[in-house]
Amino acid sequence: MIRLKTLHKSYTTGYTNLHVLKGIDLEIDKGELVSIMGSSGSGKSTLLNVLGILDNYDEGEYYLNGELIRNMNEKKAAMYRNKYIGFVFQSFNLISFKNAMENVALPLYYKKISRKKRNARAMDYLERLGLREWAHHLPNELSGGQKQRLAIARALISEPSVILADEPTGALDSQTSMEMMDLFQEINNAGITVLIVTHERDIAARTQRIIRLRDGIIESIVANGERKKWLADQKMA
Amino acid sequence: MFDLDKWQEIYSTINKNKLRTFLTGFSVSWGIFMLIILLGSGYGLENGVKREFEDDAENTLWFNQGTTSLSYKGYKPGRFIEFKNEDFNQIRKQDDVEHISGRFNIFENNTLSYKNEYGVFDIICCHPDYSFVENLTSSQGRFLNQRDIDESRKVTAIGRLVAEALFKGEEAVGKYIRVVGIPFQVVGVFEDPGGDRDLSRIYIPLSTGQMVFNKQDDVGTIAMTVGNVSVERSKEMAEALKKDLAQRHHFDPEDQRAVFIWNNVENYMQFMTLFANIRLFIWVIGIGTIIAGIVGVSNIMMIVVKERTKEIGIRKAMGASPYSIVILILQESILITSIAGYLGLVLGVGLLELASKYLPKTDYFSNPEININVALGATLILVMAGAIAGFVPARKAAAVKPVVALRDE
Repeated sequence: MIRLKTLHKSYTTGYTNLHVLKGIDLEIDKGELVSIMGSSGSGKSTLLNVLGILDNYDEGEYYLNGELIRNMNEKKAAMYRNKYIGFVFQSFNLISFKNAMENVALPLYYKKISRKKRNARAMDYLERLGLREWAHHLPNELSGGQKQRLAIARALISEPSVILADEPTGALDSQTSMEMMDLFQEINNAGITVLIVTHERDIAARTQRIIRLRDGIIESIVANGERKKWLADQKMA
Repeated sequence: MFDLDKWQEIYSTINKNKLRTFLTGFSVSWGIFMLIILLGSGYGLENGVKREFEDDAENTLWFNQGTTSLSYKGYKPGRFIEFKNEDFNQIRKQDDVEHISGRFNIFENNTLSYKNEYGVFDIICCHPDYSFVENLTSSQGRFLNQRDIDESRKVTAIGRLVAEALFKGEEAVGKYIRVVGIPFQVVGVFEDPGGDRDLSRIYIPLSTGQMVFNKQDDVGTIAMTVGNVSVERSKEMAEALKKDLAQRHHFDPEDQRAVFIWNNVENYMQFMTLFANIRLFIWVIGIGTIIAGIVGVSNIMMIVVKERTKEIGIRKAMGASPYSIVILILQESILITSIAGYLGLVLGVGLLELASKYLPKTDYFSNPEININVALGATLILVMAGAIAGFVPARKAAAVKPVVALRDE
């Protein structure tokens, strides 16, 4: 599904050159539920941006669904994003002056689906996420958990193959966070690849694989079942 | 373009920022309003002066008789120069003389009568071509013709006001009126754009006038139209004709008082050049005002883009192409400028209409108006203004990087 080959990315700000990703090799299969962990500055957000084609990279290769994503113009990138990727953000990123239904329907607008059809489908997804009666409310009338569910509905509506979630529980309390993880689990069970960037251990613990980033390289990849063993190894070392 | 969604989005952003939108629109409205008022006033000025010229054809040369002021070849100054039939016949032969007529007024005893109706009106003796010089049109019958001249007929063309005064609604053509006691047959009634004074007169054949009023072969003032010649050519003609007259009447060609020349071509052209310049000036100022409006709109749209950076980032993440973002911003800007500008246009035109209806027509100002082409041009400028105003901000919006826009702060 996702394949990275010695991916490099650096930012130039003024005279300083910041090398953020220093050769990432990674393979994520279809239907996996993976988390990326790392302290701030480890490059996890940058990696997510590259994966989401929100940002480009300098060296290496990135294959999404078997297609090489490289030096894309904005238009093509927008098309790929719309087709393959659903985003969930920490701060929800809902459009404040649109109601819940319109927010969810937005990706379909860029797929050039008629208003009637996309609103019907948006209602469908709101129903599934238990937000039907909130369809005509503006985002600021909803709770944090509801907003995030709204954002998830929006990510799902275009039927993407990958969901990229950037700290999706960062703004939520722990109970809502767990509910959110249940939701991701459910989505994953439906066959959609889910990638969650987080710095919370208990969130990462609920994924199948944890990718640890440190200073722009992958420090370790741990399959969840082996986590205890890995921890023990760490202690022994 | 016609996408309900986009319009709804534009509507909702405008709705959220009513004051800002109003202020932006106002600057454009004001620009267009001023342009229309300025242009309209310019045209008013022009119409006023054009009306002055309407009395007579615009391409006329007039030679008025004068008194010599310089001694010349043994002749003393102070001699009155009188134009004769021969002068008329000589000038008539010149190139570029289109229509030509002599003209003298009868000042004494000019009582006209028909049956028991009497009136005092100007009597003017002229050639048939005089109708072209004065811009006359015959509303009934005809004007004087060459046979009237050749046969020195006692016929007359009378002004509409004369006809009204003497005939009181009766058919005038074919009837006889008494001119200083002599019966003249009315051959036509004429209209003159020059107004009441020019309509309160009658014209009789110059040859008849010479006989009846004992003028021998005097022709009085000589007036001519010169077709479409340039100003230079008209001056050249005036100069040549003056020299010709100087030779025949023995006066110094340099004498400024022997012959008075009124060159309407030159005067008209001077006015037209003046107006062309005024118009240019008005456009420059008007467009300057509009540019100020454009900058205003552009500025506001820039702020709009900045405020909506996050939203644009979200849209991009959801798959919006840069093109669709550009269109979104452009459309909003064009919408604001078009509506606001149209409002300014309507207000400006409305004010001009009121002014042309209620302001008194003076010599130098009448009918301030704006023609449909200018209004269309202004509308085009508006839409273009909107597009230009939106262009820079739209490009900025399209360049928004979703990563930057979505970064949590």
